[in-house]
Amino acid sequence: MSSDIPSPYPLPASSPNAPLHLAVALDGAGWHPAAWREPTARPRELLTARYWQDVVTEAERGLLDFVTIEDSLGPQSSHFTEPDGRTDQVRGRLDAVLIAARVAPLTRHIGLVPTVVATHTEPFHLSKAIATLDYVSTGRAGLRVQVSARRNEAAHFGRRAIPPFGIEELDTPAVRELVTGLFDEAADYVEVVRRLWDSWEDDAEIRDVATGRFIDRDKLHYIDFEGRHFSVKGPSITPRPPQGQPVVSALAHSDVPFRLVARSADIGYVTPHDGDQARAIVTGIRAAQEAAGREREPLHVFGDLVVLLDDDAGAARARLERLDGLAGTPYISDAKVFAGTPAGLADLLLEWRRAGLTGFRLRPAVIGHDLPAITRGLVPELRRRGAFRDAYEARTLRGLLGLARPANRYAATSATA
Amino acid sequence: MSKPRKQIHLAAHFPGVNNTTVWSDPQAGSHIEFGSFAHFARTAERAKFDFLFLAEGLRLREQGGRIYDLDVVGRPDTFTVLAALAAVTERIGLTGTINSTFNEPYEVARQFASLDHLSGGRSAWNVVTSWDAFTGENFRRDGFLPQEERYSRAREFLATAGELLDSWQGDEIVADRATGTFLRDARAGSFVHKGHHFDIHGQFNVPRSPQGRPVIFQAGDSEEGREFAAADADAIFSRYSTFEEGRAFYRDVKGRLPKYGRSPGQLLILPAATFVLGDTDAEAAELAREVRRQQVSGATAIKHLEFVWNRDLSAYDPDGPLPDIDPDPGEHTVARGRAQVRMYRDPLTTAREWRELAAAHKWSIRDLVIETGNRQSFVGSPATVAATIDDFVQGDAADGFILVPHVTPGGLDAFADTVVPLLQERGAFRADYDGTTLRDHLGLAHPDADAAAERAAS
Repeated sequence: MSSDIPSPYPLPASSPNAPLHLAVALDGAGWHPAAWREPTARPRELLTARYWQDVVTEAERGLLDFVTIEDSLGPQSSHFTEPDGRTDQVRGRLDAVLIAARVAPLTRHIGLVPTVVATHTEPFHLSKAIATLDYVSTGRAGLRVQVSARRNEAAHFGRRAIPPFGIEELDTPAVRELVTGLFDEAADYVEVVRRLWDSWEDDAEIRDVATGRFIDRDKLHYIDFEGRHFSVKGPSITPRPPQGQPVVSALAHSDVPFRLVARSADIGYVTPHDGDQARAIVTGIRAAQEAAGREREPLHVFGDLVVLLDDDAGAARARLERLDGLAGTPYISDAKVFAGTPAGLADLLLEWRRAGLTGFRLRPAVIGHDLPAITRGLVPELRRRGAFRDAYEARTLRGLLGLARPANRYAATSATA
Repeated sequence: MSKPRKQIHLAAHFPGVNNTTVWSDPQAGSHIEFGSFAHFARTAERAKFDFLFLAEGLRLREQGGRIYDLDVVGRPDTFTVLAALAAVTERIGLTGTINSTFNEPYEVARQFASLDHLSGGRSAWNVVTSWDAFTGENFRRDGFLPQEERYSRAREFLATAGELLDSWQGDEIVADRATGTFLRDARAGSFVHKGHHFDIHGQFNVPRSPQGRPVIFQAGDSEEGREFAAADADAIFSRYSTFEEGRAFYRDVKGRLPKYGRSPGQLLILPAATFVLGDTDAEAAELAREVRRQQVSGATAIKHLEFVWNRDLSAYDPDGPLPDIDPDPGEHTVARGRAQVRMYRDPLTTAREWRELAAAHKWSIRDLVIETGNRQSFVGSPATVAATIDDFVQGDAADGFILVPHVTPGGLDAFADTVVPLLQERGAFRADYDGTTLRDHLGLAHPDADAAAERAAS
């Protein structure tokens, strides 16, 4: 049903022969609210290092590009904007950056992409945290930037008020203004984080015994960021990380977040429910990318899917029904929920790739079941079709994603000065 | 029967941004690569140390309006590197300095609770209270805290973080598959804090960690700092590593505990200490002189004088006499972001005393800075150093030491291999870890036990 449209944009754009990139999104026992009740789940271990070590190691066994780790500054909730007071779902989670750091020395190839809430945290702290994650993982760090429009999370910080609203009010002018403001602030946040990563040139440390100078301070730069919401002087206290710029990513469902992806990210995660939607979304993001003046920069667009995988499609669907039964209500997600075989999912991924997606972030419905089904079922299937790697071909996350190590913006300035 | 020997607590401070790290030493490695931290942590754990310690600084230091370039510059993020170290160690405590001015309690409490979970109960927090506008330029809250508010914010910050950490009892997660009950109580983590600095409420989203709360350290020597530590800290980092000063400080701070209903064992006094080891005492003394000359280059000596003079002294010869001009007594503008600046409260008197000293001994600027600077705390053969440390602790001048080697990352190796076995032979230092948490190593009660005791007493 789809035709291959040549892309006017440089890689990574759609190309039938381009390598497919694959990530998994990790959250608790899995994305289905009843996942923790499955026999393969380890619900009492979700806050232990061992659990995270095991699941990230499994993802690495499948040669996946990276894992993302979900996070929030309040309890999980089934409600769009408010706490739900439920006791039948997983509640409580650890800081995602620290989980990523904890597993970094125990893995070698896989990228580590924790979620970071821009709305209530300090870009200075976050910039050095991700730079440090890049050091402890020797070049495998990224981040997923997220905004929080939750009133209860704002109350945990007490520094700003966010009005109450429901999902049905998303298109009202007041809520649009609120959301636009939060995403603009997140764009400023990413800009500060990126400038801080560049605030040290790569060769700033000189250890010149003759002059007694440890650094060449002309290669350290004040970032002097002045924005609507905050200003930051710099430079970072942490030297430029191994990747130069760790990988920035964001989830996006509509125009406002598409603009954040287009302006600020290396990867955008999107949630089409069919190939035509995928094509429309990719077109929208590429246009926003051009509007932001970044049309020459590589920008991955990954499709997000919740997946339940079994060797028999009927078994996968039956499992979904059983989980829905346990939860008491059919599972609805922003992303398409795929219940079927690894071969069926491979068909779908390759079809959507033709719509312009460059990779996929799969959300295992039950990590204990569906993560191994991805690494041991889907991955070999994609490999048989020549669409996925046989071995890790690069040492850094940027390398795996086909992204070059960026030049330092300040080094360029001083070279022409 | 003789009294059992008081047990020594030992910790290791990764030498980062300071003027004691000799980065020019051929043995000096990276101060930023994870391999350096892993080596250092494993050495300290091999030696059965209580914990390792990372300091913090949130703005690069400046001198004369430019970034200071003579010492090690650059360090990793504290939480992130400690979490990674939890993966390559099993027992050693993981202590980090986290500022209470440029953070928010909800986030810091989450990070410490997370670190405590991910390390199996080995986290500790050194609460510092920097307040200055210079550092504030890197943060959203922008600007600064009036100096007189810094301890008030720190105390409320710590109390608030404690309320958040205590908002989970520890038995809320039942995860009963059959009934579908994950949480026993939907209100787990609920908190309300309304105070001068923080007005927050909601639900903390990290369930109770193995230690309940991180171990709390405090560094700071002012009257307020001592009271803060006596009231709220589990351990205090002190500057006093000479015997008589150490005893005076120890008596003073431990003497403040009863008014907070605490006993002497509930607050450990741990001075930072440097060391130089040699095969013999004479060899160590010679080595120590060399290290001091490496630590104080001519350029470093001039910069050090500028802390006091508050003037640009770059035209002076470090091998020549002290400047004959007087310090600028106005607001200190030359050096920013360094603790030393605040130590010279009376620059005119200091300058006069230094000139007299230099004249009497025929010292150059560099000689003066070397001779008046901090001496290494422990210099000698392993036997001498072991005996001295033991005497300090048995004589109540300290409960132990936080050792700061002058070389990264191998500067602890010789201490671990030579001094530690001698302390163990003396029966003053553990041969192996008894417990698994940092509270176990430090002999501190679990906070839940404290709370139970309080309830029983009331």
